[in-house]
Amino acid sequence: MTATALLSQAVQLALALALAPLLVGWVNQCRAWLSNRSAPPLLLPYRTIRKLFMKDAVVASNASPLFRLTPYVVFGAMCCAAAIVPSLATDLPFALAADTIALVGLFALARVFIALAAMDIGTAFGSLGARREMFVGFLAEPALLMVLFTASLISGSTSLPSIVDTLAHRELAIYPSLAFAGVAFTMVSLAENARIPVDNPATHLELTMIHEAMVLEYSARHLALIEWASALKLFNYSCIGLALFFPFGIAQGSENWAAIALAVPVLVGKLALGGFLLALIETVSAKMRIFRAPEFLGTAFLLAVLAMLVHLLLGS
Amino acid sequence: MNVLPLYAQLINLFAAILLLLSFAMLAQRRVLSLIDLFAAQGLALAASTAIVAFGTGQHHLYWSAGLTLVLKVFLLPWILYRLIRQLDVKWDFERLINVPTTMLIGIVLVVFSFNLAVPISQLASTVTRSTLGIAMACVMLSFLMMITRRKAIPQVIGFLSMENGLFFAATSATYGMPMVVELGIALDVLVGVLILGVFFFQIREQFDSLDLKHLEKLKEGE
Repeated sequence: MTATALLSQAVQLALALALAPLLVGWVNQCRAWLSNRSAPPLLLPYRTIRKLFMKDAVVASNASPLFRLTPYVVFGAMCCAAAIVPSLATDLPFALAADTIALVGLFALARVFIALAAMDIGTAFGSLGARREMFVGFLAEPALLMVLFTASLISGSTSLPSIVDTLAHRELAIYPSLAFAGVAFTMVSLAENARIPVDNPATHLELTMIHEAMVLEYSARHLALIEWASALKLFNYSCIGLALFFPFGIAQGSENWAAIALAVPVLVGKLALGGFLLALIETVSAKMRIFRAPEFLGTAFLLAVLAMLVHLLLGS
Repeated sequence: MNVLPLYAQLINLFAAILLLLSFAMLAQRRVLSLIDLFAAQGLALAASTAIVAFGTGQHHLYWSAGLTLVLKVFLLPWILYRLIRQLDVKWDFERLINVPTTMLIGIVLVVFSFNLAVPISQLASTVTRSTLGIAMACVMLSFLMMITRRKAIPQVIGFLSMENGLFFAATSATYGMPMVVELGIALDVLVGVLILGVFFFQIREQFDSLDLKHLEKLKEGE
């Protein structure tokens, strides 16, 4: 572990923290354009977070310490995940500590805490949202693991940086298994990030909410951290997707600062395109009934398993 | 890891797409989307056959690719569309088993046929040998689709898609059947669909529905 490696790690984490709200703003803007509405400003998520940090927090009188603790745990988990996922360079000192399976565990930790906090207050909508979140989560997690296993099978390692190293520097070949895994991963990311076919991030109707229903009771800095954490989660998922399926442009090692500097605009470009595609998917699809979610995520799981089988059969 | 030539990679890709489309058909609820998926499957089949022809220099396969394209991408979907318009059956159809269960059974079938195909493909010497497992899986999945569907039209589409799977198996195992056999099968399928179209009208006239469970009763008035 060298100083430069630590520095590249720090740069990457700072970039994730800074860019995550921008990505959310960009997706919202694209959605507005695509549905022919006038778009909200690109920097609105930053302003929302700043506004929320300046307000006084109001906490329900029957809230336990868990309720106050949760935003920090969730935000911390997402920061850890952002440190593990290689978005700029592959030489990440933190990534030695956790592989892809631990990464899924980090997401699960955040989910469990936020669901517990939602149940803690004891409102109807909170526990409704928590139950739905766990319902979606337990279906999405195996599919996500299967996608990551497929990538691990191809590269022979479960550590994300070495997967990216292998995938980015193989001979250019068509991998049908990766294509399947990519579709499965897209479906899982939509479900995990509370996006449209499963949940509507912009809804104001409590009965249809999943993620929003859980954070109804939060205010001020707690809410700001939660919002920032969900932006980070979207950013993390996008970066995992980019790292697994479009790893080109991620710098090797940490010595080559020119490559890292070049990786930043490449990452921003890929994220902008990805965000636009996300907005496109959300615009053309309608929200499903909650009991259609098992079917949707079952399909994702199926695709991920197929990816693995096809990899074993075709060897590609 | 040795890298396959580009055309072999493309064949593998199209084989994977065929498998994916088979699963999509298994999960699809609407008849019209089912026909679109069938047309897409035909297109993938034609493309992969043309690539096999290009890669191996088997020129008669160009003819079968063209035949597949005309018959399965344009003619049969057009006939089915027309049938549906005339029968006025665009509803969401019910199935015997729910979608996730069907999918899980489908995965088991895929594992089964992949296992079955491995020893066969080790004996074969064609460049497409590894796709034999996928072809068998497509046939199995079409069987499953015919079994789990209750209405007549999805069953017929399942039958046609099974023919797609068999055709793909022939291409991947032996670089296609002789031209005469292929022409014969194509004609059979075409005539089969025309006759089944007449059957649909007869069934509906008799029972006022295309639900095949009515055909299970042998006597009237039970």
